[in-house]
Amino acid sequence: MDIHEYQAKKILSGFGVTIPRGGIAYSPENAENKARELGGSKWVVKAQVHSGARGKAGGIIICNSSLEVAQAADKLLGKKLVTNQTGPEGKITNRVYIEEATDIKKELYLGLVFDRSSESIMVVASTEGGMSVEEISKNKPETIIRSKIEVAVGMQKFQAREIAFGLKIEPNLIPRAAETIIGCYRAFSELDATMVEVNPLVISNQDQILALDCKMSFDNNALFRRNQVSELRDKSQENPNEVYASDRGLNYVSLEGNIGNIINGAGLAMASMDMIKLAGGEPANFLDVGGGATPEKIVKAFKLISMDEKVKVILVNIFAGINRCDWVAEGIVQALEKIEIKVPIVIRLAGTNVEKGNKILKESKIKYIEANTLEDAANKAVKALGN
Amino acid sequence: MSVLIDKNTKIIVQGFTGKMGSFHAEEMIKYGSNVVGGVTPGKGGMKHLNLPVFNTVKEAVKNTGASASILFVPPAFAADSAMEAADAGIKTCVAIVDGIPSHDMIKIKRYMRRYSRTEKMTLVGPNCAGVISPGKAMLGIMPGHIYKEGKIGIIGRSGTLGYEAAQQLKNLNIGVSTSVGIGGDPINGSSFKDILEKFEQDDETEAVLMIGEIGGPQEVAAGEFAKENMKKPVIAYIAGLTAPKGRVMGHAGAIVSAYGESAVEKVELLKECGVIISKNPSVMGETVKSALNSKT
Repeated sequence: MDIHEYQAKKILSGFGVTIPRGGIAYSPENAENKARELGGSKWVVKAQVHSGARGKAGGIIICNSSLEVAQAADKLLGKKLVTNQTGPEGKITNRVYIEEATDIKKELYLGLVFDRSSESIMVVASTEGGMSVEEISKNKPETIIRSKIEVAVGMQKFQAREIAFGLKIEPNLIPRAAETIIGCYRAFSELDATMVEVNPLVISNQDQILALDCKMSFDNNALFRRNQVSELRDKSQENPNEVYASDRGLNYVSLEGNIGNIINGAGLAMASMDMIKLAGGEPANFLDVGGGATPEKIVKAFKLISMDEKVKVILVNIFAGINRCDWVAEGIVQALEKIEIKVPIVIRLAGTNVEKGNKILKESKIKYIEANTLEDAANKAVKALGN
Repeated sequence: MSVLIDKNTKIIVQGFTGKMGSFHAEEMIKYGSNVVGGVTPGKGGMKHLNLPVFNTVKEAVKNTGASASILFVPPAFAADSAMEAADAGIKTCVAIVDGIPSHDMIKIKRYMRRYSRTEKMTLVGPNCAGVISPGKAMLGIMPGHIYKEGKIGIIGRSGTLGYEAAQQLKNLNIGVSTSVGIGGDPINGSSFKDILEKFEQDDETEAVLMIGEIGGPQEVAAGEFAKENMKKPVIAYIAGLTAPKGRVMGHAGAIVSAYGESAVEKVELLKECGVIISKNPSVMGETVKSALNSKT
């Protein structure tokens, strides 16, 4: 789960990381008042959307008067911001963050992620802040510092100091930099995060070490024990069909193609999508109804796919194990009696009691195209597009 | 032989008296697995499915001699149960449960570092279908009848895609020595490489089919291991050709976040290691068959 910049900043500041003063606003008037409250003569108005690269997309505006702050907020609020990470549909800006401007002396990069090969938390840092980590690894790989943290004992002060010295921070600022790095590590480890990125981490002209922009993502599997984090979810930043799906216990990812699919199991779903592609089609979605493929889930899945206007054919591929095919077939028939589907449906059943399952489908009133193998199903789905 | 389990392996079920635990314990017993009891804290002394229930894994091991366990406990308590199993001397533990936090998985693996290599428990999963040695024993939730007894080892992340492979093999009259589901999470108990190593040493296994997917470094690490250390042919299929970068595809671990983690890149890297690639998921069986034919 992703959260907004201002939320991540608030969390990090609770772990001893210094952030510029700022406040959230939902309207231009609100923004203007926030700027006055903050005082000073220069502010930054930042669109709060779940995406990086907001600056290049016009989502970050520097203002020299409170009137300009109001105008900037007006320009951003209620509009979709399209960045190179959001896709062409963009993401809606429902709130803006007003921050006092910082005089920047130096921009650094600090990121923490899970390292899957060493199964530990990896700190990645660079003197080249402000660029994305991909750009840094491409253009300035020699500046990258990596440090693996043993999670059983947590980050040690010497490790934080090593990173700080590696970032060429002046000696008098090292203790404060080390505290900042340890604060980020603690936030990661104590809140079940999967990513913390402070980019840039800046040293101001006043020698403050500040998190100027930050992003945090969290482990969905751990949200049950992180109520304060799960409350930060902003569904307006997610694809509406994906929200509908996740609220109903379905694993769904919206894609660009026109063949909708309903499959049990994540691996089989990816494999079926591969077959669609090889057959010359494009999948409209990834959808895993769960290994068990219960009738309730199948009904929900058909409802979800029928909401997607780009779907021209539906491919159902269920490998039934302990949940026999006859039971799954009954679920499909029930679903199609409840929901009207106007596009062709290709159904492939496999596994336990496949003959019984296919018999139930054949004897029902539902209109569908029967397929026997994975390949057959994909070919028939692509062929059905042409009809 | 076979790996991890055979017909003599004594099995206990953790979370025995719950709905899931009871259902799958019965399925395993029907298949012929040697289930000797179970653990549900607070219900020790009871009988369930005509088998003894214990309060702790230690008691269960002491009284039954069990060496394998399967976890049917909710994700929030799974890490605790797995560590309890490791501490009680269980040798093979399968965690079926989906939804264990990554931080908890790391904790389990750090906890297990206290044991020497020979004493260390093999944790399989989480978020997997389990282990089956066809005709011998099942320590999992798969439909046993789709597996034919034979000489191919299977290692896979996905349950149903693993079933698909087993059925393709069966249709070609090819059987399986053991099938191991290592699960779809980013951090899992056993990696592809860990299980490949066991198959290489198993007399009954002639070739190994690896069913991987996008995300993480494990498939490629296994390919490198195979190149250096294996005589048996390794066949692989990698799912997720059409998966977009940066999106989680159902399995928590199925996300492309670095070079070498997409399906196309993994296939290229595996080819370089001499792994035979099944070019699409409907020819996994045929690819294994032709690999066996060219071997002899």
